[in-house]
Amino acid sequence: MTTNELLPLAVIASSLIPGLMIFALPESRTGLRTTLNLVGALSKLAFVGMLLAGVAAGEDYVFRHTVLPGIDLVFKVDALALLFVSLSTVLWLFTTLYAIGYLEGSPHRSRFFGFFSLCVTATMGIAMAGNLFTFFVFYELLTLATFPLVMHRGTEKAMKGGIVYLAYTLGGGAVLLAGIVWLHGLAGSQDFSHGGYLSALDGVAHGHLQAIFLLLIAGVGVKAALVPLHGWLPQAMVAPAPVSALLHAVAVVKAGAFGIIRIVYEVYGVEHAHSLGLLLPLAIVASLTIVWGSFRALFQDDLKKRLAYSTVSQVSYIALGVALFGPIGSVGGIVHLVHQGIMKITLFFCAGNYAETLGIHKVSEMNGVGRRMPLTTIAFTLGTLGMIGVPFTAGAISKDWLMNGAESANMAWVAWVLWTSAALNAGYFLPIVWRAWMRPVPIRWPEEAIPRQGWRETALLLLIPPLFTAGAIVGAALLSKESWSPLSWALRIIANEYQSGLP
Amino acid sequence: MSAWHDPATALILLPLAWATLAFVLGPGRGAWMGMGGLASQTLLAVILARSVMQDGPRVIALGGWGAPLGIELSADGLAAVFLLLTQIVALVLAPYSRDYFRARPDLQRGFWPLFGYLIAALNALFLSSDLFNLYVTLELLTLAAVGLVALGGGRSQAAAAWRYLLVSLVASGAYLMGVGWIYGLTGTVSLTDIRWFFETGIPPAAWLAGGLMLAGLIAKTALLPFHFWLPPAHGGAAAPVSALLSALVIKASFYIILRFSLDSFSPLAQAAALPLGAMGALAIVWGSIQAIRTPKIKMLVAWSTVAQLGYLFLVFPLLADARALEAGVMQAVAHGLAKAAMFAAVGVLVLSNGRDTLAGLLGAAHHAPLALGAFALAGISLMGLPPSGGFLAKWLILEAALAQGAWYWAGIIILGGLLAAAYVFRVLKLAFMLPVAGDGFVQPSRTLAWMAMILALMSILIGLRGVELIGLATRQ
Repeated sequence: MTTNELLPLAVIASSLIPGLMIFALPESRTGLRTTLNLVGALSKLAFVGMLLAGVAAGEDYVFRHTVLPGIDLVFKVDALALLFVSLSTVLWLFTTLYAIGYLEGSPHRSRFFGFFSLCVTATMGIAMAGNLFTFFVFYELLTLATFPLVMHRGTEKAMKGGIVYLAYTLGGGAVLLAGIVWLHGLAGSQDFSHGGYLSALDGVAHGHLQAIFLLLIAGVGVKAALVPLHGWLPQAMVAPAPVSALLHAVAVVKAGAFGIIRIVYEVYGVEHAHSLGLLLPLAIVASLTIVWGSFRALFQDDLKKRLAYSTVSQVSYIALGVALFGPIGSVGGIVHLVHQGIMKITLFFCAGNYAETLGIHKVSEMNGVGRRMPLTTIAFTLGTLGMIGVPFTAGAISKDWLMNGAESANMAWVAWVLWTSAALNAGYFLPIVWRAWMRPVPIRWPEEAIPRQGWRETALLLLIPPLFTAGAIVGAALLSKESWSPLSWALRIIANEYQSGLP
Repeated sequence: MSAWHDPATALILLPLAWATLAFVLGPGRGAWMGMGGLASQTLLAVILARSVMQDGPRVIALGGWGAPLGIELSADGLAAVFLLLTQIVALVLAPYSRDYFRARPDLQRGFWPLFGYLIAALNALFLSSDLFNLYVTLELLTLAAVGLVALGGGRSQAAAAWRYLLVSLVASGAYLMGVGWIYGLTGTVSLTDIRWFFETGIPPAAWLAGGLMLAGLIAKTALLPFHFWLPPAHGGAAAPVSALLSALVIKASFYIILRFSLDSFSPLAQAAALPLGAMGALAIVWGSIQAIRTPKIKMLVAWSTVAQLGYLFLVFPLLADARALEAGVMQAVAHGLAKAAMFAAVGVLVLSNGRDTLAGLLGAAHHAPLALGAFALAGISLMGLPPSGGFLAKWLILEAALAQGAWYWAGIIILGGLLAAAYVFRVLKLAFMLPVAGDGFVQPSRTLAWMAMILALMSILIGLRGVELIGLATRQ
């Protein structure tokens, strides 16, 4: 086996093997468990670094294993795969650090970190999947690996959230499978390819391809939380904060959004999808989701629930960008895959810090929290500004490209959707920021669990990850012209997908 | 090579030998004989599979006399797959049984000889090449299986065994009557000769005879509406027995139906294909609904068997597509491994909390993680989620159904997967709940949970080696 075949496997193995080993560890082996976690996360980072250098130099990384006659399990690392792989790898490292701090002393940590690693493994598989069969395998694995994490606390409420989550995702998986097998019958087993592989298919009724598109998008739309398939997301909020962070920024909703990108660009081909008339309905659904999610977020007092509805809204920016026919909008959608990830993970880290340190779970309890926890609140504020799309944040970059994309696609109404969403975002985020900084400090916090030590307002492992990701929100905007920025990488991806080339 | 030295012959004689020795020597040494015997048998099954793969199917004439005078064994790819499955499942369940019955030497005395006879009957059945031998092996199999269900001698077990015996006898009677009739019509019981006979035309009486045989076989396979004996028999027996019965015994009569429809009786079977598929679809839905409703954990697993058998019968209306047969074999193997794992795991869970209700599972993830893990992995295969043998089976049959425009079968298959998820997660969600304080749990031998885990892992990993399995099964 050559190095180019082994590297994708190494990316999978670097979380799978530590995960399986962690399952076998007794609860008390904290040191060994932490070591395994970090060795896994850091070695994955190294492998991804090698892949980045290789792909930038034009190398091909493909691994193929035949499972059934004519059906292969394929890992293929291209620029799009690497965008998602790098995002997940970096954020996994931070989330692992955060989770170690967050779960200190709580029960069932071996089980937690075991499934946590499996969850990241599944995400890697989704990112590197080279065909729909492989994508489906890891898409379902992700469902199975996240269920125990959502249920982790073992309470009645956790169980309810877990069951709702399963009902939605397994149902979505079943629909997706039907679509994949149907398409497989028409087009045979084909790898994802730039520009799609269906445009070459002659003699297949357009009605079939449209129906299959509906099944596929409905299948991945459950995880991407497209309205009306989003009901599980606010319920899954019962999970511990690191899980929510991972679910919202990296793993589950992103897997769905990433699936939409792959299906539109590399199965149907964006130009073919446009000629089949599939992009406009997708844009409409995405727009409805954007507005509806933001609208519902206005009325949530529970902080994590408010963030959850905000995710419903923000993830659909990705779907919207994909559905705007034209390279500019596509860049906006794809770069938002990364930008939404770093912004949302920051917000969830901060929400976890408030809950762990002071027992704050509700927006109404956040008065004056900025003075007790200034660093966390600075990170939180940056996250919210990014979400609104204020200049010099990652969110502004995404929004600019989406706006310009809407204009060049002659879809002026999309600009209205984006403006409405920005206003609503400001409507549900700015009051929190105002409370945190401007309102007086209450006499007593709901439940102060971690005392302040000098400048350290909470445990160090809880504080460092959100500060880093908050820095990245600004960094991604200021350094967006650099060749290694998410934006440059998104431009490279889109250059492959449009045969007509970039303007 | 003389017929007596052929691995195929040895696969029948060896279990007969160790079963008899176990009866004479008692359970202590009997268990070791059984485990040694099964290890050798597994090796023999591998040797046989390799030689079939390389040189193609072969016929072994016992004592040098071919049919119609002597007894012939025939080993092709399909037989080799079922032989391998049987030896492997039995081999893993052997140490499990030894530890499971450790506290009950009285049960061990009966268990090992019956176990051996059961495996001998199965092996002989898979290798049989004529209708009458199939009858004899089927009858031996039933007697051994009924004996195993009755083991333990509780009132409910005796009742379940009694019911099982009655259904089986009636079914065997129907089958034998059909065989007699066919013999009267054709003058032969050899599967190859019957095929020649039918090529010239099918007399009306053959339809009736075939119908009787099919009815008998369906009843033994517990296809809806003849499923009623299965849940009490499989749900009431001791865990290793339930595992053997659900994983292997019911597959035997399915194997015969599949053989017949592929070969000698294919013109007749085509007429029965649609009703078989419809009954399979009903079994999937009804079995799953019962599994979702029952309060007892072992009954849940037994009802799941009723549902999973349904998938096997969806194969028949789709046989025009080669993938349907592949799906059937894959499903038989995946279900065999997964169901053995699941019954074994449930055996551990019931031992550890002393209750056989679902409510007793609260917090099982905490005190019996390994057994629960085995249950979950086996469940993945039963739901048909990737990567597992059950998933490949589901994929293949979906493809076969959609290729023939039979979207209604496809719909049933997808629905069945979701229903399976409903009953599997009924167990898993309880297990992840916080345990009720103050409940005592015993820790059964670790071997038990590990054996369940090995079977479960095999049911998953076979999902990565579909090419090899299908290559062997379709070796003609």
